[in-house]
This record gives sequence, structure tokens and C-alpha cells, in this order.
Amino acid sequence: MSKKQLALVIDLNVCVGCHACVTSCKEWNTSGWAGPMPDQNPYDADPSGVFFNRVQTFECGTFPNTETIHFPKSCLHCEDPPCVPVCPTGASYKREEDGIVLVDYDKCIGCKYCSWSCPYGVREFDEVQGVMKKCTLCVDRIYDQTLPPERRKPACVLACPAGARIFGDIKDPDSEAAIAIRENGGYPLMPEWGTQPANHYLPRRKTKMTLHEDELIRADNPLKIEGELPKPPDGSSLDDYSSW
Amino acid sequence: MKPAFSVLFLTTLIGAGQGLLVALVTGQWYFVIGATPRQENGAFYAVGAAIALVLLGLGLFASFFHLANPQRAWRAATRWRTSWLSREVILLPVVMGLGVVYAGVHGFGIRPVLMTFSNQKSLDLTMAVGFVTAGAALLLYVVTGMIYACVRFIREWASSWTVVNFVAMGLASGFTVAAAYAAISSSPLTEFFAADALVLTLVALATRSYQLWRNWRAKSPFTLKSAIGVHHPQIRQLTQGFCGTSFNTKEFFVPGGKGKMAVLTAAFVAFGFLLPAVMIGVGWATGDAALLIAAALAQYLGLLAERWVFFAQGNHVQNLYYQARA
Ligand code: SF4
Ligand code: SF4
Ligand code: SF4
Repeated sequence: MSKKQLALVIDLNVCVGCHACVTSCKEWNTSGWAGPMPDQNPYDADPSGVFFNRVQTFECGTFPNTETIHFPKSCLHCEDPPCVPVCPTGASYKREEDGIVLVDYDKCIGCKYCSWSCPYGVREFDEVQGVMKKCTLCVDRIYDQTLPPERRKPACVLACPAGARIFGDIKDPDSEAAIAIRENGGYPLMPEWGTQPANHYLPRRKTKMTLHEDELIRADNPLKIEGELPKPPDGSSLDDYSSW
Repeated sequence: MKPAFSVLFLTTLIGAGQGLLVALVTGQWYFVIGATPRQENGAFYAVGAAIALVLLGLGLFASFFHLANPQRAWRAATRWRTSWLSREVILLPVVMGLGVVYAGVHGFGIRPVLMTFSNQKSLDLTMAVGFVTAGAALLLYVVTGMIYACVRFIREWASSWTVVNFVAMGLASGFTVAAAYAAISSSPLTEFFAADALVLTLVALATRSYQLWRNWRAKSPFTLKSAIGVHHPQIRQLTQGFCGTSFNTKEFFVPGGKGKMAVLTAAFVAFGFLLPAVMIGVGWATGDAALLIAAALAQYLGLLAERWVFFAQGNHVQNLYYQARA
């Protein structure tokens, strides 16, 4: 198992379901190393196409006591990925150096067997190129030395307007991702399969604040009620005529 | 799961081809152990093996239609250590190669005695090649079955019954073809093959029905709770997140629906097992070649329907995320 494991941590408490991560993912990857991500009938009835990241929406409870959960979903870069050993060609592999699971398009024969062995349904078949595709964690930009360091992140992370997506090495206890998981009860999806997904989700949390009554009353300018305002040292100023 | 016709043809055709090879070897062995007094000539086995090779070849041909990039199919032989699919890719040509050798040693009458036993029986080259061929053919059933049985995310497939059924149904169809072939050649082996085919068809009916019943009865243990990690007793999906379709809504779902499934299930039980069993029984009694040929054809069509149902019944865990399909 790799020492380093890059992953996304997605905060369900923050995600607003805007799909900015979906479109930025498609934009970056369709024109880059992992692309193209072709569509069939994009402007017609029954459109279909390849996406590495999709945002679904769930609802808990019964109206009116419901809660909406926007749920972004992409390859979780499992630490024990069941999709890899079943691939007959070795096209699917997990990188030793950073734990990213990738498909080598030059080896893939398009048998689709790997997609049957992913419980999360995140591998998508490219009908045009005839190969299996999936999230690469933007492997072509996170190491790009020509980008400023703060831009070396997956496209979805940079695009998220709410800041719901954190990227980092979950094996490094000091990384932002590891801290977020540790401090907010981050959890993996369907842990019962033993796939050990690297991507984690932060649960919906109640954000509460306790206010006491005296905190609601402005108490930081007591002079205004109880005493005279201090005089300016010398001459007049605008403050002599206004006291707001 | 969406049934792919290339795979339906692949698995049914090679199943029958392997079964025919096993049947021929069994027939030859019946003579060796003295169950039948009259040995068939080499040509009978050679032509029989050639028919098996045609079935295997057609299956192999069909399999290429399943691949989007068949020009690199050779790469699929590289991961045999971990992938059952890779193991099948290797073993199928091996079985075909052994079939060619089996046909060859019979056709050219190359039958030197390799070993003589104390009871005056001997093992000649044709029989020895036959045993190896039959062994490889049987192993191929297991490997094919394991491709599906090892997909643990499809509960209907992830069972040893999948393997049992691939063996039983493949052998049944192979022996039925063998019975038809023997009847056409007026071979004394006809009644042996017909008897075996009848027994195997009934055994396959029993094991396949059991798996059908097991899958119908079983409840899915998977829940949205752990799929999205929200521990609420009432979760429902509002949207799958896009309009139209995707690979995930096509590959993992069945076009048609429940009605089609019920019709095809009835069809496969009738044409794959019941009807052939009756026809083989009558054909066995009367030695009517036409009836045995009809039995083999009906059974093949029935098993095609069976394979369709097998795929369609597989409900993948990922479908949890597609409960609200657009
Ligand atoms: S999420 Fe699916 S495709 Fe990604 S590594 Fe895990 S099993 Fe493989
Ligand atoms: S579709 Fe490609 S990556 Fe997936 S199992 Fe087949 S060869 Fe491997
Ligand atoms: S961009 Fe951020 S807020 Fe918008 S859907 Fe994606 S994760 Fe949620």
C-alpha cells in the first residue's frame, strides 16, 4: 500500500449542489490528458456522455421535516481497489507513488469488466475511443510545475464556490485533508466492502451558537449613555458637530 | 445488468463446444472400459472434435464483438495471476488447441500404446490426449463461471451456484449435441450420449432452478444509508444529477422490464430443459436422429434465453445511486 494517498474530502455540510465541480471537471479533462470525454446527442432527445464527477441529490425525512443532501460522486481512489485486479490487460492500475487509480488507454481493450467490479459506479465507458475512463484526480495538473503552487489542485476543488472540496494526502496527518477527516468525523462510502476508499465525506453537522441575552445588547460604548464624550484635544473638528 | 449478445453467444457456444469434447472423450472411454463392445472409428471422433472446434471458434469470434478495441485483445492474456477473465482468454485457445490435437491423432490414426495395465487394458495416445482435452474443457467451465461468480457486487452472481450451473448447462448442451451427432452417424454411442444428455439436462434444470429461486427470494442487503453514509431511516433520491442517460444507467440496467424477464424465464425453462429432456428421452428410445437434432437446437435457443435472464437478474450495488433515473 502506498505511503502517500492523494484524495478528495467532500464536505456534505457545505456542498450546495451547484455542479460547478461537474462542469469544471469536464472542461479540464475533456481537453487534457484524460480526454476527450465525448457526448452522444448532447443537444437532442436522450443525451448521453462521459463525466468523471456527478452530483446527485438525496432527501432525508418526510415533508416538512426534510433535509436535502447534495452528493458529489467520483472515483474514490480506493486503497484496495477491486477494479484493478480484475482487469485482464493491466490497463487499470494504482500508482505506487501517490495512490491514484488510473486507466492506461493504450492498453484498455474496452471489456468493461472493471466497471462491474466497482461498487460505486464511477467508471464511465467512452464509446468513441472504446476505453474505460474515470476521475484521475487531475493527475495532469497537480504536478504541473508551470502552475503556481496554489493552483496545483484538481479542477473541481478550484472551481467549488462553497469550498466544499478539500484535496490532499490523507496519509499525512498534518495535511488539510487528514485534519478535516479527523476533526469532523469524515467517513468513507460503503466501508463494508473493504475497498478502503481514499476519498472521504464530511457529514452534515448542526452548526449551533449559544447566545446569552446580554450579548444581544450593545455594550461596547458605555460612555455614550453614562458620560460625556472626551473632548478633542484642540480646536474643532467634524466630530464636534456629529456624534454618530 | 444489460445482457450483451456477444457474451450470450460466447458463453453458450463455447459451453456446447466444450461439452461436446467432453462427450467424445467419455464415449471413447466407455469403449475402453468395456461398456460398449464396438469401438467407433477415428473419423467419428475427428469429425466430432471438428464440430466442437467450430462451436468454440464461433464463440471466440462472438467474444471479439464484446471488445471495443479487439486489436489489443492479446493483452488480455497478461493478468492471469489476478483476473479470471484473463485466465479464460488463455484457456479458451488452449482447449481449442487440444481439440485440434485430439481431432488430429484420431483423424490420422496416431494411436501408439503409452501404457498397459495389469488387466490387459491399455492407454493409447488418443485416449491420453482425450483426457487432457476433457480436463481442460471442464476447467474452462469453472473459469468462465468464476468470471461472474467473483463479481461480489452482484449478489445474484456471487455464488458457487453460478459455477455449478455453467458446468451443468454446458455439459448438458454438449452431450445433447453429441447425441444428435452420434445419431446422424448411426453410432452405437448414441444411446450412451442420449442417456447422459438426459441426466445432465435434468441435473442442470435442478441446479439452475435452485439458483433462480434463490435469487428471487433473496432481499438486497445493500442500503442507501451506507452508500451515501447518511444514517437516516428514510432516504430517497431526488435526482441522479443529469438528464438523459450515462454508461451507469445503461450498462447496469435491463432494457425491457419485468414482463420480458418473466417471458424469457419461462422460455428458458421450457426450451432449455423440459422440451429437450422429452425429446432426448423419446429420441433415445426410438433412435430418431431428427428428434435429437431438434432437441439440441431447442436447447441451444433455450440456453441463450437462460443467459439473457442470468445477466438481467444481476442487480449491481451501484444501482443504489440510480434510484431516480431521469
Ligand atoms: S471508486 Fe471504483 S473505480 Fe475508483 S478505485 Fe474504487 S473501485 Fe476503483
Ligand atoms: S475495460 Fe479496460 S480497464 Fe476495464 S477491465 Fe477491461 S481492459 Fe481493463
Ligand atoms: S462545486 Fe462544490 S458546492 Fe458545487 S456541487 Fe461541487 S462540491 Fe458542491
